[in-house]
Amino acid sequence: MASKKQREILLDPLFENNPITVQVLGICSALAVTVKLMPAVVMALSVMVVLGFSNVIISLIRNYIPMRIRIIVQLVVIASLVILVDLFLKAFAYDVSKQLSVFVGLIITNCIVMGRLEAFAMDNKPWASFLDGIGNGAGYGLILIIVAFFRELFGSGTLFNIKVIPDWFYQHGYMDNGMMLMPAMALITVGIIIWVQRSLMPGLTEKE
Amino acid sequence: MELLNIFIKSIFIENMIFAFFLGMCSYLAVSKKVKTSVGLGVAVIFVLGITVPINFLLNKYLLQPGALKWLHPSLADVDLSFLTFIMFIAVIASMVQLVEMFVERFAPALYASLGIFLPLIAVNCAILGGSLFMQQKGFTHLSEAFVYGLGSGIGWLLAIVFLAAIREKIAYSNVPAPLRGLGIAFIITGLMAIGFLAFMGIKI
Repeated sequence: MASKKQREILLDPLFENNPITVQVLGICSALAVTVKLMPAVVMALSVMVVLGFSNVIISLIRNYIPMRIRIIVQLVVIASLVILVDLFLKAFAYDVSKQLSVFVGLIITNCIVMGRLEAFAMDNKPWASFLDGIGNGAGYGLILIIVAFFRELFGSGTLFNIKVIPDWFYQHGYMDNGMMLMPAMALITVGIIIWVQRSLMPGLTEKE
Repeated sequence: MELLNIFIKSIFIENMIFAFFLGMCSYLAVSKKVKTSVGLGVAVIFVLGITVPINFLLNKYLLQPGALKWLHPSLADVDLSFLTFIMFIAVIASMVQLVEMFVERFAPALYASLGIFLPLIAVNCAILGGSLFMQQKGFTHLSEAFVYGLGSGIGWLLAIVFLAAIREKIAYSNVPAPLRGLGIAFIITGLMAIGFLAFMGIKI
């Protein structure tokens, strides 16, 4: 069903063209929600939904948008979708939406959404744009979930709030690293992910 | 005293970048030279200083549950808070347009060096984040919102200028190839954030 090119559009952003580590888009609101896995997963899904559907909508009306006011049009589309996601979360996952607080709203100004609209949806067909949106959302979510995994595991010794580090460890002097819960460690974790990724894919290394 | 407290807190303790990671995109992209980063930082201070108070008024007299009471007592039950995101982003986008025209007219050199990043302030998370945090903190007076916006902007300026200064120096260092550029910028920011942890708990 999916041709080779479509598969590329969908899978490319996961690693080789990852929005966070390669395109440097959408780091803004992302890292603050990575203290625990649960909010990170919800955030990743929200961004995927917003990105996929805003790409489709903009792609559908791309020939009718006057160039000069396209930023405003894009913002209105994104903001409406984010309001829907926000209300949905408040209705069905109230606790998580409380934890995410302002960061759901900040999806609007997440550069990755605007970036993909500008770079892809403005001159591609709706179905391809949808795949591009879902792919980029997934690539973004992947980094978010990796960061959250390490921060929750080493910071609180849990995953999805379930204890995974056995009591035996604690009895022999193991301690949770409270430092992982600090914002600083999210940045350093991303730095390390970039390091690992670029060591594995030397083509991505920046020339100075 | 309360105002000074909000000011210091928003610059050092609740720093937009080091505590909430807001505005990271332009922070990473424009921090290669100190001069451009100062320009962008000043623009962010300016936009935050204008939009946070405007959005404060908007929130108080239009969006809050029961905010329309001043118009007519029968409107006391109206809750327009679901319009928050759209109203805030509209104010921000128009203000950024204004700043852009202003800079283009009076500082063409700065305009040329900021390039694409000036219009991108509209989608800088720090700006919308400032307004959303302002709404969440429930300030009661306009001056508090103004001071908060200003302080957040100054905190952002500090962070980007620090990073730019370090990156100018690091160009001469032998960084491992895969870490060059983006990777090392993240790690430097992380280390600076640890430094800023020292301010935690300060209260005036």
